[in-house]
Formats: sequence, C-alpha cells, structure tokens
Amino acid sequence: MTKFDIELLVLLPILLPLAFAIVMLFAWNNLQFQRVMNLVAGSVGFIVSIVLFSTIYVNGIQVVAIGGWKIPYGIVLVADNFSAIMVLMSGLMGFAVAFYSIVTVNKKNEQHFYYPLLQILLMGVNGAFLTGDMFNLYVWFEVMLISSFVLLALGGKQEQLEGAVKYVTLNLISSMIFLSAVGILYGLTGTLNMADLAVKVQLVENQGLVTVVAMMFLVSFGIKSAVFPLFSWLPASYHTPPVAVSALFAGLLTKVGVYTMYRVFTLIFDINNEFIGTVILIIAGFTMLTGVLGAAAQNDFRRILSFHIVSQVGYMVMALGLMTAFSFAAGIFYIVYHIITKTNLFFISGIVEKIKGTYNLDTLGGLFKKYPSVSLLFLISAFTLSGIPPFAGFWAKFTVALAGFCIEQYLIVGLSLFVGLLTLYSMTKIWNYAFWQDEKQESEMEREFYKIPIQRKYLLYSPSIFMTVVILLLSLFAGSAFDFAVLTGEQLANPQYYINAVLGGK
Amino acid sequence: MKSIILQTATRYLLPILLLFSFFLLFRGHNSPGGGFVGGLVAAAAYALYSIAFGVEEAKKLLRIEPVYLIATGLMFALISGMIAFFSFDTFMTGKWSDFNFPLFGKLGSPLLFDLGVYVVVIGITLKILFTISEEVKP
Repeated sequence: MTKFDIELLVLLPILLPLAFAIVMLFAWNNLQFQRVMNLVAGSVGFIVSIVLFSTIYVNGIQVVAIGGWKIPYGIVLVADNFSAIMVLMSGLMGFAVAFYSIVTVNKKNEQHFYYPLLQILLMGVNGAFLTGDMFNLYVWFEVMLISSFVLLALGGKQEQLEGAVKYVTLNLISSMIFLSAVGILYGLTGTLNMADLAVKVQLVENQGLVTVVAMMFLVSFGIKSAVFPLFSWLPASYHTPPVAVSALFAGLLTKVGVYTMYRVFTLIFDINNEFIGTVILIIAGFTMLTGVLGAAAQNDFRRILSFHIVSQVGYMVMALGLMTAFSFAAGIFYIVYHIITKTNLFFISGIVEKIKGTYNLDTLGGLFKKYPSVSLLFLISAFTLSGIPPFAGFWAKFTVALAGFCIEQYLIVGLSLFVGLLTLYSMTKIWNYAFWQDEKQESEMEREFYKIPIQRKYLLYSPSIFMTVVILLLSLFAGSAFDFAVLTGEQLANPQYYINAVLGGK
Repeated sequence: MKSIILQTATRYLLPILLLFSFFLLFRGHNSPGGGFVGGLVAAAAYALYSIAFGVEEAKKLLRIEPVYLIATGLMFALISGMIAFFSFDTFMTGKWSDFNFPLFGKLGSPLLFDLGVYVVVIGITLKILFTISEEVKP
C-alpha cells in the first residue's frame, strides 16, 4: 500500500458515513432506498474498519495531516492501536444497528431523518476516535452530540423529552467546560496538537494550573462518560428512545468519553502523577457502586441495563486510574467486551419488547417457556456481563482485578469484585422476572407478534445472534485479543511512540 | 398580516440582500465574511419575504425543498475536500486554478467549500423557519 492509500484508509471511516448521509438526504422521501443505503453503509463501514484495523496492526501508527499543512499547525488524524480498536468497534456497532433498525424503528421516526442522523452520529464517533487535535476533538464531540440529541428525542414522547432535556443540559455544560479547558491549555502551551501538547505540557512552569486543566478535562469527560457523581443524565434518558438508538448509545457513546479520558490522561498529562490517579480511582469506586445499586432498585428492563452502563464505566475508569501498562490493556479489553455485550443486551430487550409490548419487569414473564432461543441469547450476554467464566466478561474483570493486585490497590479491587456479585444479582432479577416466572396473561401485543412474517422475525433476531457469536468468539480467543490489548496498553503507557509518530523522531 | 409597504419594500430588498450575501460569500476568503454569514443573510432575505407574503409564497419562491439544499451543500463541501485526491494529495489540500477569472480572481477548492457552507446554512435556516411556521398554523 502506498502512503496515499493508507491516508485514504484512515480518512474513510469519517468520509464514508458523510457520503452516505448525503445520498440519503437526497432521497429523503424514499424510505425504502434509505433502508437499503443504510444496510450498505453499515456493511461497507464494517469492512473498512476491519481493513483499517489490520493495516494499523501491520504498519503501526499512521498519521494524516489534513490539507497538507505542516504538522503541529494543521489538524492531524492519528490512527494508533487504540483508535483502530475503537473504530473497529464502531464499525461493528454500525453494522449490527443498521440491521436491527430495519425492524425496530417505526415509520414516523424513519421519516424524520433517522438514517442520515445515524450516519452522521457514526461520523462524529469515528472522528473523535481518529483525531489527534484537541480542538478538532471538541468539534467531533459536537457533531456526535447534536445528532444524538435529535435521535434521543425522535418520536417526541413526554418521557423522551424529559430525558433529552437532562441529556442536552448536562452535555452542553460538559462541552463548555471542555472548551474552556482547551482554551486554557492553548494559552499555556500555544498548541492544540495532542502530541505537541504532550511535549509542551511537561515544560509549563505553572504545573498547578496544568493540574487544574486536567481536572477540568476529567469533569468534562466524566459527564460524557457518565461517572459518579455526574451520571444522572444517562439513566434518565437511555431507556426512552427507539431501542436501536438505545443500543447504539449504550454501546458506543459513553465509551467515546472513556476513550478520550484514556487518550488525554495517558498522553497529555503525566501518568505518574499520583494525585490524578487517586482522584480517578476514587471516582471509579463510587461509579461502580452507585451504578450497580441504582440498577438493583429498578424495575424496567432498559433502566436496569442503563444503570449497569454506569457501573461498568466505573471498571474502565478504574483500569485507567491504576495507571500501569497492564491495567490499560485490561481496561481496553474491558471496553471492547462491554460494547459488544451491552449492545446485545439492549438488542434482546428490544426483542422482548417486540414480543410482549413492554419493558416493565412486573408484567413480563414466561419467555423461557415460549422463546427458549431468545432466553439463551439473553443468558449468554447476562453471564458475560456479570463475569461468569469462561465468557469474555470473566477475563475482563479478572485482568482488571489482577492489574489492581499487581500494584497493591486492594480496596478498589475488593470493591470491584463485590460490585461484580451485585451485577449478577440484578441480571438474575431480569432473568427471574422476564424469563423464568410464569406468564401472567398473553398480551394483545403478543398476538400481533405471531402475525409477523417469519423473515422479519429472523431479521429481528439476526443482529442479536450475530453479536452473541462475536461474544463467543471473543471469549474463545480471549488470549489473542488480550495479547493485542497488551500491545495497545504498552503504546498508551509509553506516549513516546505516539509523539514520535506524529512529530517525527526527535 | 399583509402590509403593502412591507411587501413593496421586500420586492426591492430581496434581490439586494441576495446580492449582498454573494458579496459576503466571495470576499470571505481573506476578509470578514464567508459562506456562513453569506448564507445567513440570504436566508434572512427569504425570511423577510415569508413575513411579508406568507410562508407558502416563500416556499413557492424557493421552488425546492430545503432538505435538497442541505444535501447539495454538504456534497459541495465533501467534493471540495476530495478534489485533492485527483492529484494524490491529502484530503482538503487547497487546489487553485492557474488563470485569473474576471471579477473573482483565481478560483479554488476552498471557494467550493464556502459555497457548500453557504447552501447548507440557507437550507437549514429555511427548514427551521418553514417547520416552525407550520406548527404555528391553527
């Protein structure tokens, strides 16, 4: 591959969704065409992300200077291992959600530009993963947020708007803090290029101010990734939109916040700064605990899952707070497994809703008897999420705990194991109420479900089956996946690789 | 609300405002102005027209659905970035014509980008305007 090909490959995850969105906008009143384009876009995006991933794996970190400007001055896109993994995840997500949307999103929402917005959202997410420029990151965040605002409120039901208001307010505050932090950082160092920042932040005399900026970033990304005590927007909003949107948000959006946290706190700010590490660990502990306790109190399928996202983000942030190469690797593996599993659980909740017409655990029941295959899909994901061996979730939790033991952080490790137990409790709760207990009465909706043609049912199940297969593959090849995570962790722990790739070895 | 004074004034103001928006668009490369401001001024001209003559008339004047404007503008912007691919340069590298056009000077891909922004801004603003005024109708 020539340099031009590789540059094009790094750009494609951003350009393709935009191009598809434009095509869909031109055909804004032809829904059938949009659905087909959406499937094409999902598939092509997935293939591109796989090719990008393998290229980065073979050729190492790739840098693209947009517009041909000299490097610290223009915007750069940087694809290192971590970016490549995340883009792969977003490709996977886009692929599965594209298929899932066909059956679950109703016509009214489709008419309100659902598909173009989905593509723009993916563009924003991919942009955030690939950019190597602080201000550009802010822009991608906005692209992502604006489209997610609309997707969240699509349908305009009362509870949706209530959730969306909280989501919009907190996320706008977060963007404001982020922008101020970027401004101060620019004032201190005179650069916005992340690699250049990594070098120049060390040279700033006023290190106190640098810590302040670091905390501002922590608050800002903390809101976006829903950590304690700023997570309230997530459980308020994630259970309200169309379920395909929920699944995409649950899998991908909060993880963008976590990704930027990893990026900023490993690259720009000193990872040996004990203060930052301790703060992150404390936040992580509270996040894990409050998330899982919140889930235990809920009675709605999707709300339980939403609270679990909070709890799980705690683990990822904990792995960051431990600040060793091994813990980063564990955290990355955790992010990957979490994205896949959580999305699949939301997919299944959507299937259950399609069958029974409700997400309320009190009125659900009897699914195991009638739909053993759906129950099996749920069981695998639930086991994975709560960390039962031999599923991927076990290896993820095990390695995070191991990373903690290695540097003798027993308190947080103990807490994380305890939270794992509670996770199992609330998964059992869903299982008991929705699947195991006897059916109370056959709902109107269920008789409707019998009438759905068999092809459409398969179309409804297939994304979930696909994700389950991915989970099983990840569980089976956990060793090789973790080897790659270790490589990535090394790259994060030694920012010199990244800096040299961008600025050239000096 | 129909006011003859406003309607007559709008008939004269509309072309002037549109011309002014083009002026802003073209001078934007090196001086204050550009696609965004130009687009806003052009959209404001249509907004004025819709206040004077009603939304239906404004839609008739525009002829096409604003969504097409949004799509077209985004397409211009995307193409302007991809022009550089023909000479195997990175995305968004500026490409300029070799000879001077009368009045404009050298034309290049950044102008196409600005034109895209101009069209998107008109499209979005009018889409919002039309949607809101539809809601107001009893």
